[in-house]
Order: sequence, then structure tokens, then C-alpha cells
Amino acid sequence: MLDTVPITKEEICKPENLVYGRTPLMTDATLSYCPGCGHGTIHRLIMEVIEEMNLQADTIGVAPVGCSVLAYDFLNIDMQQAAHGRAPAVATGIKRLMPHKFVFTYQGDGDLAAIGTGETIHACNRGENITIFFVNNGIYGMTGGQMAPTTLPNMKTATSPFGRDIETMGNPLKITELIAMLPGTYYVTRQSVHTAANVRKAKKAIQKAIEYQKLNKGLSFVEIVSNCNSGWKMTPVESNKWMEEKMFPFYPLGDIKIPK
Amino acid sequence: MTKTKDIRLMKGNEAFAEGIIRAGCDGYFGYPITPQSEVLEYLSAQKTKERTGMVVLQAESEIASIHMVYGGAACGKRVVTSSSSPGISLMQEGFSYLAGTELPCLLMNVVRGGPGLGTIQPSQSDYFQTVKGGGHGDYKMIVLAPASVQEMYDFTKLGFDLAFKYRIQVMILSDGAIGQMMEKVELDKQLPRLTDEEIIKKYPWATTGKTADRERNIITSLDLNPAKQEIMNRKLQAKFKRVEENEVRFENIHCDDAEYIFVAYGSSARVCEKAVQLGRAKGIKVGLLRLITLFPFPYEEVARLSKQVEGILTIEMSAGQMVEDVRLGANGAVRVEHYGRLGGIIPAPEEVLNVLEETFIKTKTYA
Repeated sequence: MLDTVPITKEEICKPENLVYGRTPLMTDATLSYCPGCGHGTIHRLIMEVIEEMNLQADTIGVAPVGCSVLAYDFLNIDMQQAAHGRAPAVATGIKRLMPHKFVFTYQGDGDLAAIGTGETIHACNRGENITIFFVNNGIYGMTGGQMAPTTLPNMKTATSPFGRDIETMGNPLKITELIAMLPGTYYVTRQSVHTAANVRKAKKAIQKAIEYQKLNKGLSFVEIVSNCNSGWKMTPVESNKWMEEKMFPFYPLGDIKIPK
Repeated sequence: MTKTKDIRLMKGNEAFAEGIIRAGCDGYFGYPITPQSEVLEYLSAQKTKERTGMVVLQAESEIASIHMVYGGAACGKRVVTSSSSPGISLMQEGFSYLAGTELPCLLMNVVRGGPGLGTIQPSQSDYFQTVKGGGHGDYKMIVLAPASVQEMYDFTKLGFDLAFKYRIQVMILSDGAIGQMMEKVELDKQLPRLTDEEIIKKYPWATTGKTADRERNIITSLDLNPAKQEIMNRKLQAKFKRVEENEVRFENIHCDDAEYIFVAYGSSARVCEKAVQLGRAKGIKVGLLRLITLFPFPYEEVARLSKQVEGILTIEMSAGQMVEDVRLGANGAVRVEHYGRLGGIIPAPEEVLNVLEETFIKTKTYA
């Protein structure tokens, strides 16, 4: 017979019983993201890995323009805010002059795949020894849900209110596949964080990307397909379902380029 | 042992490049453009990584160059970029961000004629863009105007010193003539680059990695709270005022007894210096106020001279930009006129002296 002595709340809260804690690399600031948004989870995963690898004192992050422009309010590390799209150039300047530091950019699809296309492609092609985290939600979230380079065909946004017409508005850009073709990139992967299983996989990808930078292997690129329930005008649950049904067929999850 | 001077014959662009190496520069990011490509070429040939450990990188654009500068400057490093007019136009975004984050760096513009693709010959038509702020927002940068190859060299160390003293951008506003001409240059000893430990000590604001003994460092120009943003802007303005109070630099050439003066900088100042000699030989009491800093502008010196002289002629290879600041300084006390050549043409000394005579002397009416 099992021991049925009831466990008290105090007992449960003992430090030795702790199975999961909030990383001290996240600050106490309240996240500014909409409820249901993936940014908070992605922030936490990156900070957990940096904590686990004991890299806080060696990390310099670059925040973009977009919803995550205030990322430095939430991440307890040294950070620079970059002009729209320029994060890979800023990170290049940091890494070239501080080669022993861990340098990453955190960018959305408008930032990385539209206005910053040039900086992105060339940093990747030079094989800058940095890590790029690319959060792709197919829309400009912060400015109010306008069409992004990654917006799917026929998808309705504030600047394509009748759906993205590829005849006049062009095709969605699979920039991650494009980047994987460049010799300067070492590890290119596409992940998501909408289920517990996907969170675990995404964390592994982030770990690898950081490990490769420590080994001076060149540029690692981690795309995370995420939702924008506000911009997509859906509930968080609907948006995750829509992401699975519409986004993943066009942006399939998994590794795109892995080290030989 | 006798001390021998290290004197070399160099192009202005090369002197600038050698100057930044010797001033302890950590990184240069640039993109080729005529007439300043020698800077990147010279640095690339110098094997700077072996010489001092300095990083030299050819970027994919001037936009990338200036944002690489931003990344390095935010780490407390001594970083530089240079370009010529069309490339400098592209960098304005970065200049504005560097101003908003108060990052120190050294910039250089070998000005060529515009607008548009313009010409590759020397011009001074970027005065407004540089001195009044070409990017968005209320900001200034210190602007130094070299008139010789020696000054292209000397202003690199001065530029770094000013940049870090005030946490401000310093622009060396050169032109196609100063950048391309060859003159002798006296070089200084190599200054050591700062170590990472020295940077952490000297520049506690730099993003060098958050250690347990301090809060995280954040380099940003964003504040969505207008009250806080106004405080930030007032802080910037107070800094610019300190610069105006302490860093005005100019040279008076035969101004003491002058009845007329030229006001000029850069290549035009050299033309005017010769014109002063020609004028003095003809018995005209003419002098030259040579501007060395364009921001801060020597308004007080212009005001002082305005009460002494009978006419001021500004010479600038533009349609008349710097003349506006001279008129502000003169504040109506004396007639101020402008003469300039456009499109890459340098005026001759005889030409500008003739304009001075035609404008002020031959038209003089006596009561």
C-alpha cells in the first residue's frame, strides 16, 4: 500500500523539490506582447539556454524594430537596439571587434526579409560567426498588421484587405531556404513553439545554434514560425490552428541545413 | 641619438587612413566610392590585423558600414567609416541612431559635386547635410574641416579624442581636392589600442557583456514615453551647447588690420589664402577667417570681425550654404556676400579676389 500521508504546500515549495524555475535571465518586467503571442516563449527559451551554458557575461544581443523592439526590457543581458533591418550589420560590427563574445540578433519577418534583406544575405554569405533568431508570423505586428514579405497568398492584412494578390503584390519570400543555399551558413532550421513538443524541439535547435557559434562554425539561423493572433484577427487557439493548416505547408518545420 | 621626424609624401585619403591606424582605431567599415576609395585600399594593403590588431571590413553598402560602426561603437571600440557624398547620404539613418544613442565614432566625407550622382570632382555642397543634421531628429555632430593633407592626418586623433570626450560623432568634412592631393605629412608614434579591460573601466556604458557586478547595459534611442524622450533630447541639447562653448576652432590670417575678409574652409580656404597674398600685394587690406570647426561654428568671431571690416565674402564650392551661418554671426552688422563655383570646379585665387573687389571696393560710394 502506498504511503498516503498528505503533502503540505510548504513541503512542495521546498527548493529541493523544484523541477522547473523561471530563468533569472528574464527580467521582472511584464511582457508587452499580446496574450497568445509566441515571443514570450521564444525569449524565455533563448535566455534559458544562455543561462544553462553560463554565457550571460559573454552575450551581446541585438534587438530589432518590430514587436520585439523592447526585447531588452525583458532579457537580462547587454543589448543594442538596431535600426529597422540593420541588426545583422550591427551584429557584424560587434562580433568582428569582440570575437570571443556570443552575439545574436532577434528579428521579425518585416525586419529581416524586407528592409533588412541586404544586411541579412550578406552577413549570412560572409559567414559571420553570429546567431540569427528569425520570428516569422507573416505580418507586420507592431505597426498594426500590414502585409509582410512572408504574408501567404490570399492572406488578408491591413494593406492587402482583399487578400494578397501575388500578381500585383508579389510572392511570399522563403528567405530561410534562400539563406540555406549560402556557403557562409552552417546550421539553418525552422521551428515553432505552439505545442510543448515543439517548444522542446525549438530549445534543442537554439542550443545547437549557440554551441556552433562557440565553436566558430559560422552563421546559424533559427527561424521560428509563430502566430500573430492580433494581426491575424483570431483567438490564440484559432491562430495556432491556422498556423498549422496554412503556415506550415508553406513554411515546413525541420532542419534545412545541418552540419555535415 | 638624433630624433628623426617621420615625414612622408601622401594623398589626403592615405593620410587619413594612416592617421586612424596610429590613433589606435579598433575597426574600419567601408564601401568603395570615388574620390575616397584610397582609404579602404590603403587600409586593406596595410595588413592592419597584424600591425595593430585593427579590423578592416568591406561592407555590402554604406548603410551596412554605418550600422557596423554602430555595433562596434556601442562596445566602446574606436570605430570609423568614410565615404563620399552619395554614400554619406545613405548613412544618414545611422548618424541619427548614433546621435540618439550618444555613441562616439569618427566619420569622414570626401565631398564630391551633387545633387544625385553629380560628379567625382571636389565640392563643398554637403555643408547643410553635415552641419545642420541630414538625418531625422534634433542632433548635431562635431564637424572638422581639414585644409591640408597634414590636417587629414591630424584630425583623426583629435576626432577620436572629441568623440569620446563628449560621446558624439565627429565628421571630418573633406573634399575631393584635399582627399586626392599629395603633400608631405609628419606622422606621430603609434598609439596603443585599448584592451577590453581598459574599455570596461573607461566606458562603463558599453555593451561588453553583463557581469554580476553591474546592471545590464542597453544601447537604444527608443523611449515611448514622451516625457522621458523630452528629457533625453534636452540632455543631448545640453551636450551640444557644451561643445559650442568649448570646441570652436578657427584660424585668423591677416585679419588684424583687415578691411575685408574672406570666410572659407577646406580647399576654398587655400584658394583664399593665396587671394589674400595677391590682394595684400595690391594694397588691399584683406584677411581670411579659416573655419576649422563647422559645428561648433565660430559665430562670436564672425560677430567680432563684422564690427571691424567693411565687407565679408564667403567662398565655398556650393550655391551658398555656409554663408547663412556667417550672416547669422554678422547679424546685419556688415554686408555678407557669397561666391562659389558648382559642379566640381575650384575657383582660382585671382577669381575670388576679383569678386571681392567688384563686390565691395569698386562699388564703394563715398559720401
